[in-house]
Amino acid sequence: PPTPRPHACLTGGPVPRRLFASYPQTKTYFPHFDLHPGSAHLRTHGAKVVAALGDAVKSIDNISGALAKLSELHAYVLRVDPVNFKLLSHCLLVTVASHFPADFTADAHTAWDKFLSIVSCILTEKYR
Amino acid sequence: MVHFTAEEKAAVVNLWARVNVELVGGEVLGRLLVVYPWTQRFFDNFGNLSSESAIMGNPKVKAHGKKVLTSFGNAVKHMDDLRDIFAELSELHCDKMHVDPENFRLLGNVILIVLATHFSKEFTPQVQAAWQKLTTAVANALAHKYH
Repeated sequence: PPTPRPHACLTGGPVPRRLFASYPQTKTYFPHFDLHPGSAHLRTHGAKVVAALGDAVKSIDNISGALAKLSELHAYVLRVDPVNFKLLSHCLLVTVASHFPADFTADAHTAWDKFLSIVSCILTEKYR
Repeated sequence: MVHFTAEEKAAVVNLWARVNVELVGGEVLGRLLVVYPWTQRFFDNFGNLSSESAIMGNPKVKAHGKKVLTSFGNAVKHMDDLRDIFAELSELHCDKMHVDPENFRLLGNVILIVLATHFSKEFTPQVQAAWQKLTTAVANALAHKYH
């Protein structure tokens, strides 16, 4: 299972900052946002994403159930191209790795990578 | 051809100067084989790859990891000439080793994650972005001669 207590390092914006810096094309999904670091938009949205991941962790044996509504939202409303889930997942991993260098062993890395790719799969599974 | 700004080059070179290529190379290749076990398909003759500790401690993995990262160091020295620098290696990976270029992208991302564990707060979004650009460019250069 993923290492505990990552939420502190995930809120506050390092993840979107990394995403937008490395993959500027991802900003196209947020034309209505103030994307300056620390903006209220980013903080609120970041908190939502982290909370959803937390839900998935709590229901790790039934992520499909936990994220069913979010899956529909992504399929019918947000329609974020599936490639972007890999980019976001990667930035999440980099953030966690930089905050917990000793804990983020190869096994932990594997578990997280697997977990995030399952989450990504579930969020895109209703696309067609 | 990819253009790197002076800041991007500085971010890359500055970090690279402090990388222990032997240590990090082994970690990078080891992590690739652990996190993406299907990549083990290229290393049937490496001996025991049955667990994380077996892989991370495997001397062949460490040696090969060092070789791969040393080659990457060449990219750091020639960031404006990546296609030329990797032309031969590209042909080799295609014709002799039959490696799907997707693996170059996977490896590039693992390099970044290992750098993040080593450099922590210093591995800022800007530094990461410069390195993302480099690893993407290297992956593309290595795929360039595929046919």
